[in-house]
Amino acid sequence: MRAKSSIFQNIDWTIFWVYTTLVLMGWINIYAATYNEQHQSIFDLSMSYGKQMIWIISSYLLVWIVLMLDPRFFSRLAYPIYALCMALLVGVLIFGTEIKGAKSWFTFGGFSFQPSELAKYGTALALTYYLSSLGKKFQGIFVRIKAFIILLIPAGLILLQPDTGSVLVYASFIFVMYREGLSGNILLIGLGAAALFVLALLLNYTTFDLPFELQISGQTLMIIVVGIICLLIHQMFRNHKGIKIAIILVFGVIAGYVYGVNFMFNDVLKSHQQSRINELLGIEHDITGAGYNVHQSMIAIGSGGVFGKGFLEGTQTKFNFVPEQSTDFIFCTVGEEWGYLGSLVVIVLFLVLLFRIVIIAERQRSKFSRIYGYCVASIFFFHLAINIGMTIGLAPVIGIPLPFFSYGGSSLWAFTILLFTFVKMDSERMHILS
Amino acid sequence: MKPFEDRKFVILGIFLTIALIFLGRLFFIQVIDDSYQMSANNQTLRTITQYPVRGLIYDRNKQLLVYNEAAYDLMVVPSKVSDFDTSSFCQLLGISDSAFVTRLKKARKYSRYRPSVFEKQIPASQWALVSERLYKYNGFHGEKRTLRKYPKATSAHILGYISEVGNSDIAKDSYYKSGDYIGKRGLEKEYESVLRGTRGKKILMVDVHNRIKGNYRNGLYDSLPIAGKNLICSIDRDLQALGELLMQGKRGSIVAIEPSTGEILAMISAPSYDPNLLVGRPRSKNYQMLQQNDSLNPLFNRTINAMYRPGSIFKIVQALVALDEGVITQDTRFQCNRGIIGCHGSHTYDELVGAIQHSCNPYFYQVYKRLIQRGDNTSVFKDANMGLQTWQERVKLFGFGVQLKTDLPGLKMGLVPTPEFYNKWYGENRWAFSTIYSNSIGEGELQVVPIQMANLAAIIANKGYYYQPHLIKSIGEDSVKRPEFTQKFDTEVDPKYFEPIVKAMFKVVNESGGTARKARMDSIIVCGKTGTVQNDPWPDHSVFMAFAPMENPKIAVAVYVEYSDYGGTWAAPISSLMIEQYLTGEIKRKDKQKRITNASFLEIYEGKK
Repeated sequence: MRAKSSIFQNIDWTIFWVYTTLVLMGWINIYAATYNEQHQSIFDLSMSYGKQMIWIISSYLLVWIVLMLDPRFFSRLAYPIYALCMALLVGVLIFGTEIKGAKSWFTFGGFSFQPSELAKYGTALALTYYLSSLGKKFQGIFVRIKAFIILLIPAGLILLQPDTGSVLVYASFIFVMYREGLSGNILLIGLGAAALFVLALLLNYTTFDLPFELQISGQTLMIIVVGIICLLIHQMFRNHKGIKIAIILVFGVIAGYVYGVNFMFNDVLKSHQQSRINELLGIEHDITGAGYNVHQSMIAIGSGGVFGKGFLEGTQTKFNFVPEQSTDFIFCTVGEEWGYLGSLVVIVLFLVLLFRIVIIAERQRSKFSRIYGYCVASIFFFHLAINIGMTIGLAPVIGIPLPFFSYGGSSLWAFTILLFTFVKMDSERMHILS
Repeated sequence: MKPFEDRKFVILGIFLTIALIFLGRLFFIQVIDDSYQMSANNQTLRTITQYPVRGLIYDRNKQLLVYNEAAYDLMVVPSKVSDFDTSSFCQLLGISDSAFVTRLKKARKYSRYRPSVFEKQIPASQWALVSERLYKYNGFHGEKRTLRKYPKATSAHILGYISEVGNSDIAKDSYYKSGDYIGKRGLEKEYESVLRGTRGKKILMVDVHNRIKGNYRNGLYDSLPIAGKNLICSIDRDLQALGELLMQGKRGSIVAIEPSTGEILAMISAPSYDPNLLVGRPRSKNYQMLQQNDSLNPLFNRTINAMYRPGSIFKIVQALVALDEGVITQDTRFQCNRGIIGCHGSHTYDELVGAIQHSCNPYFYQVYKRLIQRGDNTSVFKDANMGLQTWQERVKLFGFGVQLKTDLPGLKMGLVPTPEFYNKWYGENRWAFSTIYSNSIGEGELQVVPIQMANLAAIIANKGYYYQPHLIKSIGEDSVKRPEFTQKFDTEVDPKYFEPIVKAMFKVVNESGGTARKARMDSIIVCGKTGTVQNDPWPDHSVFMAFAPMENPKIAVAVYVEYSDYGGTWAAPISSLMIEQYLTGEIKRKDKQKRITNASFLEIYEGKK
């Protein structure tokens, strides 16, 4: 049997060191973002940076614990862990403390815990377990529905808190399902629907002048253009059977969708969400209201220049121009104090991490390990894309943390466990066959 | 090959694409677009301008002419304004409720987070009251400014005034920023660059709540303000004040010069105004009043901007030029033939001194004729042309018809007619002495600025030379005078020809038959020459120039009183009082002073100014 001292022996050191680097960089940037002259020590436990140090140390304890576990533990306990997470999500709705309008937190004394962070882990394990238990491919409508239900339960519970940002994270599992055989068209349709949504919203506010003093709304114009394209396609493929019906169907769906966007936007989304989307699309511009965060965040990042203003020299950072800077907007500190070089290093490190995870996932002999690897990569990617995207005005403001950087114990713990569970599986890949 | 393994490339491709989009976007906002840098500076850096103290101006005896007084601008930061009792606030400031609303709106429009001026230039006396209650009104604070203040309401034309810079000032000199003050007239304008000093600045960092967080880069880019230099003006404040008093109720001017240096001792343009009117909040209202609603045009500085015919005082110049050109000697006599040109008094056949003493017009008619028609050419027209050419060159050496390089902006040149002038007017070879003889007695086309008349008195006192009349003795504490003011200008007239002139001017004042007996003093010997400039059918301008004492003169003075009477009646006694004040420090002849201060000649004659 393996000796205990060997638990670190087969682990992937690239991931370990990238993780360590990111965590330490995060700590330094939290220090800069919340720096207080009266509490200059980075170890001061009354400050965020002191607390983050505790989260980091305890995270390494978690790494050690996870690596100690028997690899079969994860697959055996996938559903129980999932169930526990769901219980916590229900619990937080009842016993949780409301912070900033959302019941997302359990608080004990000075510390608080966010079960939705852990729920990603539980859901990843459960989905992995379910997908790997399927004999062959990921096919059949019932199979898919079951997989979606695994995602929908936590998503629904989190929506009740409500914490829209964390709900959206579950959309990232589409990459996992795609890798396991979900049709690529679904990915494309998803992408197309998003593009149409944006286009329809943009055109909703535009009218075009026609000759003879006629005016036409942008959306109508768009439908007409789509109609013309459909006719052209019809002409080109007129010999194919059923093309007429298919084209009419596609046209009908698009037209309905475009007009439906208004309804969705106006009647489903909340007003602050509408504003955030409008800001992003440049339809609205209110730098004192909905656009304030992004405006300030871009000023902070944009003023960093190539080399940055230097550690603790970021004026926007120091003087609290960017709200939520130690948590969701931590990337601003990187951009302002470390400049383009800092941003480049951080993004490249994350990219190395993502690539490494995917590459390692593909070398797994066990389907469970592979699928789990994709879950990890997808979750990280989604966080990364949305979080950094919103700080530079490319994504709507959705409050989700930047993995390893954002201040907070729950997310750091959850991301650590999520990542090192995979590292553990990989280190044991020679011993797992299932 | 595991099923769908190729799909990892799609997924990795998406990861890579997003990362590249982010890096591209970051490159754009961090490296290429510098507007974010500017926004960041706008938000976090506050440049506090530190205004330098404007230089003070003293008179020649170190008495203050103008100093600075603190005033306060009430500033408002709209975002900090919270609800309070507006009516008591408005009462405190003396403004209406609606003015409060519009001003706040205007400030808000400028910026919600930055201070803008709510009420300008609250005098220090009122500020004490405002400041002690300001704690009740969030969002308001005071900012110190300085206002010009004049201890004696005197020397308005000399000192000029300052006012807020306009767009054209800013366009001309980028030093100025909206809200700055700049000298607009007088010494304030001429010595602007010396008086204003240099602004300092302090760059402070502020946080999101506009709280000051310290110096930017530890003050690396900060600078201290450098105070403007003080000026020492050559004016004698008491003499100036007396001159203004004597000229009350009159139009005209007094200019007094120290002959040995060219320093101007007094410079009065009447009517004048109280310089304190053009300071602080009532400034624009008062300015409008002085500018438009006052037909006497008190802002007009006659001493340097008005042009007059000089009258008989110009006979002195004719005499000196004629002597030096050798067309007469001091013994030359002419019949007082009153057929061509009128005269006064009982003389009939004077030599030069007598002719000056009695101001004999026919005498100088003949003198001028000798200067113009010198018989150098057979054509009387060409001869006159040549004669006038020489004459005007010599006259210009006396500072007439040229711009004196004094330190007041906008000085007029006056006019000494040249051959070209008459050629243009009458046509070439269409004029001769007979056309232009009025110049002989200082009438005709001659135009003279009062300061040039005083300069003439100084030239005679100096027996032949002058320094540019100027107002500033010293810039700063180190007695620096502009180099052009220490340069001697010579009239090129032999000093010996001044003897008979001085003798004649002595007689004008001191002997019976002189035209300026009213200028005589027991203790001091005054030399002078009257002028009476005709304005038919209106009253004459009264003109007098003088210097004193006769030996080693200390003061040269010229007085011009519009539409009053003979030169000897008003201008001469005014000159005499000025001399008495300057040389003895007081006026003993109070009755004489009273006679003059009581006189008024302000009636406006149609078609004349």
